[in-house]
Amino acid sequence: MTVQNGNSETDIVVVGGGVVGGAMALGLARGGARVTVLDEGDVAFRASRGNFALVWVQSKGLGMPDYAMWSRRSAEQWHALARVLHEDTGIDVAHSQPGGFMLCLSEAELEQRRQTMQRLHNQMSLSDFPYEILDHDETKRRLPDIGKDVVGSVYSPLDGHVNSLKLFRALRDASARRGVDYRPNCTVDSITSDAGGFRLKGAFGEIAAGKVVLAAGLGNARLAPMVGLDAPVKPSKGQIIVTEKTDAFLHNPMVTIRQTDEGGIMIGDSQEDRGFDTVVGQPILSVMAERAVRMFPRLAGLNVVRSWSALRVMSPDGFPIYDQSLSHPGAFVVTCHSGVTLAANHVLTLAPAILAGGLPDTLDAFSARRFHVPAHA
Amino acid sequence: MFRLMHEAKPAEALGFTFDGRALTARAGDTVAAALLANGIQACRQTPVSGADRGPYCMMGVCFECLVVIDGVGNRQGCLVPLREGMRIETQAGRRHPDGG
Amino acid sequence: MITIETIGQVAEHYDIAVVGAGPAGLAAASRAAELGLSVLLADENPAPGGQIYRAITTTPVTKRAVLGEDYWKGGALVDRLRPTNAAYAPGCTVWSVAPDEAGGFELGLSLGGQARLIAAGQVILATGAQERPFPIPGWTLPGVMTAGAAQIALKASGLVPSGRTVIAGCGPLLYLLAGQLAAAGANIVAVLDTTPRRNWLAAIAAFPGFLRSPYLAKGLKLMAAARGRLPFKTGVTALAAGGSDKLTGVTVTRGGASETIPCDALLLHQGVIPGINLANAAGCAQHFDTVQHCWTPTVDDWFASSIPGIAIAGDGAGIGGAESAALRGEIAALDAARRLGRLSEAERNEKAAPTQAELARSLRGRRFLDLLYRPAPQFLAPPADETIVCRCEEVTAGQIRDTARRLGVTGPNQMKAFLRCGMGPCQGRLCGPTVVELIAQERGVSAEETGYYRLRPPVKPVTLAELAALPPTDAAIKAVVR
Repeated sequence: MTVQNGNSETDIVVVGGGVVGGAMALGLARGGARVTVLDEGDVAFRASRGNFALVWVQSKGLGMPDYAMWSRRSAEQWHALARVLHEDTGIDVAHSQPGGFMLCLSEAELEQRRQTMQRLHNQMSLSDFPYEILDHDETKRRLPDIGKDVVGSVYSPLDGHVNSLKLFRALRDASARRGVDYRPNCTVDSITSDAGGFRLKGAFGEIAAGKVVLAAGLGNARLAPMVGLDAPVKPSKGQIIVTEKTDAFLHNPMVTIRQTDEGGIMIGDSQEDRGFDTVVGQPILSVMAERAVRMFPRLAGLNVVRSWSALRVMSPDGFPIYDQSLSHPGAFVVTCHSGVTLAANHVLTLAPAILAGGLPDTLDAFSARRFHVPAHA
Repeated sequence: MFRLMHEAKPAEALGFTFDGRALTARAGDTVAAALLANGIQACRQTPVSGADRGPYCMMGVCFECLVVIDGVGNRQGCLVPLREGMRIETQAGRRHPDGG
Repeated sequence: MITIETIGQVAEHYDIAVVGAGPAGLAAASRAAELGLSVLLADENPAPGGQIYRAITTTPVTKRAVLGEDYWKGGALVDRLRPTNAAYAPGCTVWSVAPDEAGGFELGLSLGGQARLIAAGQVILATGAQERPFPIPGWTLPGVMTAGAAQIALKASGLVPSGRTVIAGCGPLLYLLAGQLAAAGANIVAVLDTTPRRNWLAAIAAFPGFLRSPYLAKGLKLMAAARGRLPFKTGVTALAAGGSDKLTGVTVTRGGASETIPCDALLLHQGVIPGINLANAAGCAQHFDTVQHCWTPTVDDWFASSIPGIAIAGDGAGIGGAESAALRGEIAALDAARRLGRLSEAERNEKAAPTQAELARSLRGRRFLDLLYRPAPQFLAPPADETIVCRCEEVTAGQIRDTARRLGVTGPNQMKAFLRCGMGPCQGRLCGPTVVELIAQERGVSAEETGYYRLRPPVKPVTLAELAALPPTDAAIKAVVR
């Protein structure tokens, strides 16, 4: 697989081979396009290897109701995506939607969550976004293993999770089966356009394409301006702990704790602005471990077998950026920090729209133009 | 599978149990060595396929000698010195959350 | 030497923390303590000596000839440490090394089920070697062990395999072990030598060096002793361990013909490689050593790693054997003392000169052995698809090849994400080299280009309760509680 053709051409180039790029490539290939993915190599920031694997709805969209709707829609479409991936590859990505909890360890935390949920739902009619605020006793009735320090929780039946590494592999595998030309170690240095489309160049050589979809995570900040787009994304560091495999006992995902189908307990999720530093920091691991043990005291004796840090791809307001270039028709940017939750939309809605010509009006709110609105006097 | 060589220095015998069986081994042995000395080859089943595994490297690297010791699961038998009265059990697949 | 029994007895700060109490660690700790520096020597084993001098202070083996005179030399290393003020912590795992705000390092320790963070001005990693993985069909069956494991059982517990025993692989340790086990009364039914015949061609250029080496006399003696008495079979090109739930025999292929030898124990060995997990997780640069054919932390003449203040001494920074390890520990300690301002550069150089000369002598001939006993390709990258490569997660060679080829995986980190190889408790120690080899072979590139796992602390398991009990920082709380 080291083949790197000097020159070639294709219908669509997707830049980036993570979960977002993989989803776009699969969606485009399912629509019949000839797709080439240009990706980095083994060592890359690769948020797709460090995410928490939630398919999450409950807390999303404060400040942008469209994002709440978009997340919810993806959570619904996820059942179809899981089916498609299984049919195409035989891989069960362990998707489930049993409802998720946000556990709070103090009255202040719970109150803050309560207010956030109220503000979120005051934005618009979100009556079909069910959620409940639960006290300790009710939380304990539903999650018998919680500790006494859990004062309450927010629960939503819309929330679920998946095995995100299996998702990552299934996207790549399904793409390969549908003829997507995946090229690792192909960092794109420049993109130029002419009447016929785009030319992407790098140490790998050159490739021509009718359309370009930028799904390069943090790399989009550099690439987008080459085709008249804007993706002002910055890294936000998150750390995750994984324990040894243990009996299945956590059936619902939580914002900071979930059990994978393989049996390990994942504990997250910190957020730090540390530039591109990905060093794992012991103090944060300790705080995460301390909170996890207070939430579920029976976790205390489990061994930590791995930890890692990864960089989220954050836009200034935290919401996704979906945009099409006005100056360079045929160029698109897709960037978000919830590539797992939104994978279903990316495969089943966004990619078909791009093939059909352009982004639907319903995605207007996600344009990066929102960062350039002059402040009102 | 292993036996004590002739002319070994005498040592105190320590009593312990493995899956409830009363056994003895020499003071100074690690848990993994004590099991080998008692003819026990498989000390765990893997959490992935359930296959039997036994001590492989004896130096803390391979994590094949995982056992339950006094109720605490997934302990590296080759790094834990045997103590009188230890309750050692087969690590049967995944660890139980609050114990073996 | 002050022996530490509980985590509470460990001090807040040491001038030098040495990780690993094998020859390199013992020598480094002794030298540093003799220079008046405060020293912590942390080791996860119950007694000092590392693996080569395993149980040197406690072994029940009484017949000195069984283990050979080289083994007993380890006693002097421990004797040297005893009169010093160094703190020695057995059963103590170092699971993280990270820079601290004072310009030194913070070490995460775990002892007796409790974790602690302590500070050290300088760190010397003397984590030694591990046996190179030897992935053959059936190598996960109970009854199959590394040759080193059998040697540890012998040294530490006076145990010898009780049934029919087969020893297979290549390298000096294989012959040494065969001789030791035979002397201890084991029933060795076969010694299966996998040394590729063509290795002689590559090694012959390095033969003059070997002729002047300390290995020569030793090696010839070992070889002669083993060959004379034991049922050697050379030219072995394939091995497979057989049995359903435990080992019942080994199938061996030589000259195109196969036979199955019934046995109760199969001891595998194809050389040793540096144990790099702690250095890797600490962020020390590493490279692929093409002669020793393994990933190796990159160090300078003073065994300083790419991170100022972390030195890597002994086999952990390239295989050189026990004697060279002790000398390298000594040199690393002198340089650490210089970095701490205890010695001037001139003093360091003067004190190190004789040790450096001795080191050069001790390494003579090494290259010949490295080239001669380089494992055959089929024992580095198993050709049979069903061979388990990652023992923890039970990932096979076939899966790795298929994923490299079909899904365009170029390195072990992406392979780990896709197949879980290296995600288990051993953290890639038993699969990393093989995964790299398989990807490199599939893609037709070098191991160097393929890369290695990027590791993170904790490098050894530590419980959530232990982590949770460590002091938090305000910044950390802010990053988590939002």
